[in-house]
Amino acid sequence: MVSPILELSNINKSFGHVQANKEVSLAINKGTIHGIIGENGAGKSTLMSIVYGFYQADSGTISINGNIVNLKSPRDSIESGIGMVHQHFMLVENFSVLENIILGFEGEIVFGKKLDEAKKNLLNLCETYKLNIDLNSIISDLSVGFRQRVEILKALYRGAEILILDEPTGVLTPQEVDELFKILRSLQQEGKTIVLITHKLNEIMDLTSNVTVMRQGEIAGHKKTQLTNKEELAEMMVGRSVLLRINKSPLKKGDVVFRVNNLQVKDDLDVLRVKNVNFEINEGEILGLAGVTGNGQTELLEALSGIRKVESGEIQLFEETISDKNNFLNPKDLKEKGLAHVPEDRQRMGLITNFKANENLIFGYHHQQPFSKSSVLVESEILSYSKKVMNDYDVRPQAPNLITSNFSGGNQQKIILSRELNKNPKVLLVGQPTRGVDIGAIEFIHQRLIDMRDKGAAILLVSVELEEVLSLSDRIVVMFDGKIVGEKVNQNVTDREIGLLMAGIS
Amino acid sequence: MATLVDKSKVPWWVSNLIVPLINLILALFVSGLFIFIAGENPIQAVKLIIYGSFGYIEGFAYTLYYTTNFIFTGLAFAVAFHCRLFNIGGEGQAYLGGLGVFLVAFHLGFLPLPIVWLLAIAGSALFGAAWAFIPAYLQAYRGSHVVITTIMFNFIASALMVYLLVDVIRDTNQMGPQTASVAKELWFPMFKDIAQFFGIKIRYSPLNISFFLAIIVSFLVWFLIWRTKWGYEMRAVGHNTRAAVYAGISPNRNIIIAMLISGALAGMLGVNEILGVHHRVIVNFPAGYGFTGIAVALMGRNHPIGIFLGAFLFGILYQGGSEVTFDMPNISRYMFVAVQGVIILFSGALENLFRPQIESFFVKRLNEEKVV
Repeated sequence: MVSPILELSNINKSFGHVQANKEVSLAINKGTIHGIIGENGAGKSTLMSIVYGFYQADSGTISINGNIVNLKSPRDSIESGIGMVHQHFMLVENFSVLENIILGFEGEIVFGKKLDEAKKNLLNLCETYKLNIDLNSIISDLSVGFRQRVEILKALYRGAEILILDEPTGVLTPQEVDELFKILRSLQQEGKTIVLITHKLNEIMDLTSNVTVMRQGEIAGHKKTQLTNKEELAEMMVGRSVLLRINKSPLKKGDVVFRVNNLQVKDDLDVLRVKNVNFEINEGEILGLAGVTGNGQTELLEALSGIRKVESGEIQLFEETISDKNNFLNPKDLKEKGLAHVPEDRQRMGLITNFKANENLIFGYHHQQPFSKSSVLVESEILSYSKKVMNDYDVRPQAPNLITSNFSGGNQQKIILSRELNKNPKVLLVGQPTRGVDIGAIEFIHQRLIDMRDKGAAILLVSVELEEVLSLSDRIVVMFDGKIVGEKVNQNVTDREIGLLMAGIS
Repeated sequence: MATLVDKSKVPWWVSNLIVPLINLILALFVSGLFIFIAGENPIQAVKLIIYGSFGYIEGFAYTLYYTTNFIFTGLAFAVAFHCRLFNIGGEGQAYLGGLGVFLVAFHLGFLPLPIVWLLAIAGSALFGAAWAFIPAYLQAYRGSHVVITTIMFNFIASALMVYLLVDVIRDTNQMGPQTASVAKELWFPMFKDIAQFFGIKIRYSPLNISFFLAIIVSFLVWFLIWRTKWGYEMRAVGHNTRAAVYAGISPNRNIIIAMLISGALAGMLGVNEILGVHHRVIVNFPAGYGFTGIAVALMGRNHPIGIFLGAFLFGILYQGGSEVTFDMPNISRYMFVAVQGVIILFSGALENLFRPQIESFFVKRLNEEKVV
């Protein structure tokens, strides 16, 4: 019997009335890749934040190599040999790889001997684990995949024996995912222990040897990966059986309702990010826009939704020009014309996290009847409406007066979706609808989008999740470096094909 | 690394009552040390403060008079702050507001009474708002930070008013830089007049019916911020500008609206000072109320009820402080400016100094109680 390197027993943690972790016990064996899977809000991230010292558990113990440890801060955890690669990288963009890695662990005031030593150690680590990183390159020049490697290298350099990765593949292309998995396997072979937090069942099946499923803050079960399958895991996560494939009725395509002609858009730094883009969307159709993050999708979506002005070209809604280089309608006007927008970044744009849920449920529609009458907010209407949509969209907890930041990511996303879909828009622009959202909610969100399509809405789906684009779209365009580099009708298209287009290889 | 406290677990009364109270006690303790070093007995000083501000009816009236001014300037700061604008210009806006009151009362004094008063209040709001408009415009459309521009506008207001009071609107029958008095019928009823009406005879205090105006305005501000579309939009812009743009709310428009309302509220200080007390515009009548209003709003967590309490506290300090300087020869007026400074330091700048410790203490205690 192998003794576990990391053992959690009876961990409890609650936030307000929400118990994020409830009597969680978990043992992770040395030299394994251990998956932790669960819906958003199931408590995986909270649990790992406790292990990493961000939060303290209300009760329960953590042992490393059989010794109970008291992890009061990330520093304690680093010293205990725990390293974490966050979903959002914690790197200084204009520093070199080397500078980022030694940050906080410089060890000397004037760089000299220690720096040389660090360099040597890092080169050794890169060699051992085949990380293939140039220590002198500047972070902002690196692709997302390489930045993630820098994070891994940073954790290793700080002596991590246990490496926690939080949703590591969310921002990667399929090819980058393959590379990451190779690295993780070689880490395992060298005796490191890896904890992989994810909501993607494929990754669990491909990579892990053991898997722990969490549901509503509790452990739903531990499995040997070889002895289970995707369907069983999905069911354990959600607590009921889940449709992994989407049932889509055949396309009933109507007239063109949304058209983009020769569109060019610049970002805040005056860099041209959208280059001569053309496409159209018909009624009853989902157009998928695939691409790696940062290839102009954000700027495109902002221009289409009336947030950003265009450099040249035009955008037409029902044959009416809504945006060209001289004028553009603002989001308020566009909403009234039947265009709704679910933004890519829910926390920075879609919601005001310190508003109450009910205030966010009317956000952007707050000036309309019945929510306000002669500019006075009608509290009773807003509350009864909020209760109704929270029920319809299964937003949990159903507490319209709770501050929005206390909801999990998936539930925050449901708040936005319910708000934007409830008005039955004719054209719907959706950015990353399921980013950081759990599998149960994904199924729900996808079904709603399909329903909207079947009711005749024209939908633009912008997503970096290739699987999502492939399973929902009727037609797919791929964006690379601001240009549309390919268009495919979604029949027998493989993720390989699209992946190559996304990487700019065609 | 500071201990992280789970905010959602902290009861509202800990963060909104206990923490400010502890900051206040600390500030008073440090102030007590000052008084001790100056060679006086701090306990005696506290007794004098309490006697001065509560001990006799005129003293209490003075306390409420100061409270009135701090409510106006505190609300002014709070409204702008809900849109994340740091309006430091309350002082200048109040100064101009006073001019607005005077011009209406002096030139439209022939109109029937309640109408002149309403117009004078509108005049104060209009002039205060107008003075806030320029920094607001510069912030919204030129990106000049309001902190800088409003401070500069305080100096400009001061220079402008001195010029006007010396060369343009001075009462030429006398030498001082002040205007003529407004007609006596237009003066706001004083507290002592009202008391007399009920048969109670008391001596002079500057307290007048502006106090009620301040209470009404506090309610209106609460309504504006939490119950109207405009307040909703201002808060949205204040919390998250990008999200506001996404929802079709114009940040620039809301910056301007918030600053106009803020300036209007500061301007209303002129109603209390001109119609209630001086009955004319005198040099530097805002006397620092605009700045103290910032501390009042921060202490009151930008909520009208908190602002009322903060304003009342500063009213006590102003009034009780003058009592102390009167009775204790070693304590100068400036000592009390220092005491106010200490309070502002502890409740404003050092607001979060002990917050994590206090909050985690209470969270732990409450958890233990639950377990038991």
